[in-house]
Amino acid sequence: MSSVTAVPTANGGAGRSDQPAPHGEQASTGRVGDRLFGGAATASGVIVIAMVTLIATFLIIQAVPALMNNQESFLTSRVWSPGGDQPAFGILEFLWTTVAASTIAMLVAVPFGVAVALFLTQYAPAWMRGPAAALVDLLAAVPSIVYGLWGLITFAPFFKPFQGWVESTFGWFPLLARTGITGGTILFIGIVLSIMVVPIVTALSREIFGQTPLAHQEGALALGATHWEMIRTTVLPFGRPGVISAAMLALGRALGETLAVTFLVSSLPNGAAWTWSLFNGGETFASKIANNAAEFSSPTRTGAYIAAGLVLFVLTFAVNSIARVVIERRKAFSE
Amino acid sequence: MSASRTTVLGALALSGALLLSACASENNTSGNTAGGAGSTGKAGSAGSTGNADCFSGNLKAEGSSAQKNAIDEAISVFQTTCANATIDYNPSGSGSGIKQFIAKQVDFAGSDSALKTVAVDGLVETDDAAKACGSPAWNLPMVTGPIAVAYNVAGVDQLVLNAEVTAKIFDGKITTWNDPAIAKLNAGVSLPSTPIKVYFRSDDSGTTENFTRYLKAAAPDAWSYKTGKKWTGKGEGKEKSSGVATAVKGQDGGITYVELSYAKQNTLTMAAIDTGSGPVVLNAESVGKTVATAKPTGSGNDLALKIDYATQAAGAYPIILVTYEIVCSKYADAAQGSKVKAFLTTFASDAVQGQLEKLGYAPLPTEVATKVQTAVSAIS
Repeated sequence: MSSVTAVPTANGGAGRSDQPAPHGEQASTGRVGDRLFGGAATASGVIVIAMVTLIATFLIIQAVPALMNNQESFLTSRVWSPGGDQPAFGILEFLWTTVAASTIAMLVAVPFGVAVALFLTQYAPAWMRGPAAALVDLLAAVPSIVYGLWGLITFAPFFKPFQGWVESTFGWFPLLARTGITGGTILFIGIVLSIMVVPIVTALSREIFGQTPLAHQEGALALGATHWEMIRTTVLPFGRPGVISAAMLALGRALGETLAVTFLVSSLPNGAAWTWSLFNGGETFASKIANNAAEFSSPTRTGAYIAAGLVLFVLTFAVNSIARVVIERRKAFSE
Repeated sequence: MSASRTTVLGALALSGALLLSACASENNTSGNTAGGAGSTGKAGSAGSTGNADCFSGNLKAEGSSAQKNAIDEAISVFQTTCANATIDYNPSGSGSGIKQFIAKQVDFAGSDSALKTVAVDGLVETDDAAKACGSPAWNLPMVTGPIAVAYNVAGVDQLVLNAEVTAKIFDGKITTWNDPAIAKLNAGVSLPSTPIKVYFRSDDSGTTENFTRYLKAAAPDAWSYKTGKKWTGKGEGKEKSSGVATAVKGQDGGITYVELSYAKQNTLTMAAIDTGSGPVVLNAESVGKTVATAKPTGSGNDLALKIDYATQAAGAYPIILVTYEIVCSKYADAAQGSKVKAFLTTFASDAVQGQLEKLGYAPLPTEVATKVQTAVSAIS
């Protein structure tokens, strides 16, 4: 539940910063408890900010020497041989796999998660809401390796025939072309990821849908709206910033998910031909780094992986920043 | 706001508690080992454990995951006689083990290949290790792990391959199971037209290195790639030995190269290899024959072996991986040296080597084992 409380707080904090400081809350009585608590909170804040900055600095310091020696274009090459005297590495393949799999996860998880949240707040009978919500939250607590195992052992056998059918029926479409990879394809990974992130979307959306002012809802109904029209005109617009921030949190998790992806992914051999197909394999940033962590034998080699990590860091950071901007904009309309 | 502050505080308290408990458990371990210092003894040093000189305290090693099960067996045998000794082996990979050994973080390293004598990424492992030790470092072959060519083809229980056909399969040149090249080696077996699905290790691996060395040595025309820890052929990559084994098990037409133990655990069928003098099935005896023909490349007690992958000796299974323990010949700290010596004496003894076969390894052939025992006793 901590994730549920985190986001509204952050928004609330940001929203309040431009208001005059509320006198009552800020005024200190000078008592020990007050100072202790204030100090602890400030220290936590400062430490977290310092930590993020230091991580970024660490990534940059470690990555730069390797990047200087790089014989290939880091952002547009698909070669990955970071060792030796002539290290050559590029992240294009990881970038594509990471972004494609996460996008698929979002396309599946966001509509599905929002639908679940609407069911829980608007359609489910009252006795069902609590237990059902708790069950959905439970999904978020399942360790990712369990999703990996489930995907590999239970889901893959069902997915393989489906993939075969799609490939033979829609293979003319470049995104669905046959590639010969049958296990951990990008589409497969995306679907497993989507199941992992649905509870995040649901939990946050449910929380914000539940806060739709009753007056709005009743007003809509009184004006003759059907149940669906009421949801469309009051609940959804009110909840939009919440849904967006939920989607971004979920996207953050999907981008960085390591264990389950490492477990499921089918990596490509060197020099495999480029294809847009979602039925291709490929490694994500996180799985590539995790897979090779044991062989960080020289600074250049390590630096290459850290540079890849840096890109993931920047990618996640950009996603979160965009979300923040979108939420701030939308808020004006819904409040 | 107050609710969220409570959450933050709670999270802080929780992480603090975790940190504390992590520290506490570390203290515990060292406390235990120190506590046992008084009660050292040569309790059961007699007999087949190779006269283990017990020590009390901690021995740290790191490296190859391929020898993890073997070293676990050695540790459990050692500890039945020397209850006060703890040996930690971290199976983080050969490269990592050597790195930690050179950085003097571990007492010895496990590795799937001997220390390199030529520069890789600007580092010469042998020189660096010798510098860290203050004496030459030795490679001691301790466990041989046969690599199985494991496949899953419905209705095919027996299969014979040779180096050239294997190389072509793993290079994507042979794509169906009823290819004439395979059929020629398997007269009388009805092969289906199932497409061949090659799986390889997506992580850098000693298994890949030894398998590609075999292909390069035994079929140089068919395998044009470099040898190395990173796979250079075709196919679909899966993580670690368990990943490729599971993938083959779940895919009709699948084939991979994997350590024997994983092939056995997943009940995969293994191809016999025709080296030129008839098909050879993978077993302890056929592996031992190959190890026995390996040439030493080190001098004296440095027992680095050069395996003849292209061997045509009758009944010798050619695709094997020898894992080494990398030690200092003379430890700067004599106590450390005697600990390493005590443990490796047990590891090289018949009591441990005899158990390896059931774990999916092959024991060292007698003549090699004798040399290893001599070398171990020279560690100081």
